[in-house]
Amino acid sequence: MLSDQEQGELTALLAHCPDRRSLAIDGLVLLQRGRGWIADDTLRELAAFLDMTPVELDSIATFYSRIYRRPVGRHVLAVCDSVSCFLLGGERLLSWLERRLGIRAGQTTPDGLFTLLPTVCLGACDRAPNLLVDERLVGDLSEDKLERLLTELADQPDRLGPEAELVHG
Amino acid sequence: MAELALTRHRHPDGTPRSLAEYTRTGGYLQARRAWQQLTPAELVQLVSRSGLRGRGGAGFPTGKKWSFMPPPDGSPGHRYLICNFDEMEPGTYKDRFLVEGDPHLLIEGMLIAAAACQCDTGYIFLRGEYGVVRERLTRALAEAEQAGWIGAHAGGSDRPFRLHLHLSAGRYICGEETGLLNALEGRRANPRAKPPFPVQVGAWGRPSVVNNVETLGNLPAILREGPDWYRGLGRGADAGTKLYAASGRVRRPHCAELPLGITLRELVFEEMGGMQEGRRFVAALPGGGSTRFLGEDGLDLPLDFGSLQAAGLSLGTGTAIVVDDGVCPVDLLRNLAQFYARESCGWCTPCREGLPWVEGLLRGIEEGTARPGDLELLEEQLGLIGPNTFCAFALGAVQPLASGLQLFHQDFAEHLRLGRCPRRR
Repeated sequence: MLSDQEQGELTALLAHCPDRRSLAIDGLVLLQRGRGWIADDTLRELAAFLDMTPVELDSIATFYSRIYRRPVGRHVLAVCDSVSCFLLGGERLLSWLERRLGIRAGQTTPDGLFTLLPTVCLGACDRAPNLLVDERLVGDLSEDKLERLLTELADQPDRLGPEAELVHG
Repeated sequence: MAELALTRHRHPDGTPRSLAEYTRTGGYLQARRAWQQLTPAELVQLVSRSGLRGRGGAGFPTGKKWSFMPPPDGSPGHRYLICNFDEMEPGTYKDRFLVEGDPHLLIEGMLIAAAACQCDTGYIFLRGEYGVVRERLTRALAEAEQAGWIGAHAGGSDRPFRLHLHLSAGRYICGEETGLLNALEGRRANPRAKPPFPVQVGAWGRPSVVNNVETLGNLPAILREGPDWYRGLGRGADAGTKLYAASGRVRRPHCAELPLGITLRELVFEEMGGMQEGRRFVAALPGGGSTRFLGEDGLDLPLDFGSLQAAGLSLGTGTAIVVDDGVCPVDLLRNLAQFYARESCGWCTPCREGLPWVEGLLRGIEEGTARPGDLELLEEQLGLIGPNTFCAFALGAVQPLASGLQLFHQDFAEHLRLGRCPRRR
């Protein structure tokens, strides 16, 4: 069931949408922010709110890379594997993280702490190689810096906002 | 110091200018003029005369695009101005640079464009990964609304312009303007057939103008200083300044506003401080991933729309990706193909099926599992993908790959001769 708060926030967003279904992506983003990911039940509840079929909403949810249809860890590490980071060793850092965390890109550590994902160019190529921790960009990466970052993140109970303070950021 | 249209008052440390700071340097006076003193026709003419060309990559004349917007015919519904802030072109970070430092510049630019195109509603379509931009724009939009620049009395007039921020959930194809419209409407971002063009049938079926961030950012200066001043800023035939940048192993990778028409040599070896110690310049993609490679013999070409077009190239976003001698060119093309294969929206068969095939062929050559004839197959595939699709995405994907195949043909031959990458043991 959508909570009263979720209903209220969705209804407020509807004010500047010409029709309900236009809210599909905003709605998925909004519910994911509170619930962490989009479970089947969440999808059905939102589809009902938007007057859409669940299967149509799912075709949208799975199209967009920042909508998660599986649970993710406390921190999502999205490592850039596009060309500017590649030139500075970005792909090697992604492989290093796979070995360090004992998971493949696309997976979550068994302790639920980290989800590792590859991502396209993050638009911060002056600081390559980059990754995004939740919403916080961390640039000028090296293996050493990543090692210190992982230790610091293990003590961060909440997802990071875009301007979160980090010692090793 | 050279004259600037975009970054004259920017803080050196990139912290955002507040509304008070922005208005102290003449901010929003041109929005007021646009909404209260100039007619839409005068505005379109003024921007046409300035020679401003779209800064998103295609370089289409902005005034001309606006002139295709049909006049209001009294039919119910909105007229939309949409700012394309998706900036997902690999190697491109100019729009983020501009708006993180000066969010009100974008809002004033949108107000001017909206007055010219008689739009009552605007959207900033922002890529979801740009969290800092989101925070700063949200604050600036609230400031501008409270000060009365946007809202019911746009630019102090008696007409409305309401401006909303839309956050994308991530996919490269959202930067294609008709894909963007579908994403804005909450759909999959598959591109739409053109015609009809967005100016005729755009967001929710209504007339819509889609402009890039940097394009819009130029408008306040064009109105303040006049079209002749703006034209004179360019070094060659193309008008204005450009946000240039570079990435790769250059000494000081950064974004800077420079006269349109500087050469690649000036950009890399002067502005960016040259190559890092021990690295040699090999080639560059001049404007994001979807442009053709320039080798050493291209260092003295002016980086403007006209000069590059005449040489069969394109400026793209003006943010160069610089390749050095420490990188395997075949592996580099494999990495580029991986991006395009993953980001294809899947609508057209040549793009959806062809790009993963190309990626696999390149991987085979790099890793030593290629079969005889794979190079010819690769060339053939690249020729089939580009022209046979709905949107320009596939053609963009082919640009670096096909030109790289030519430029690095010796590296390909060496890989095939050895049956492996010569840099790998």
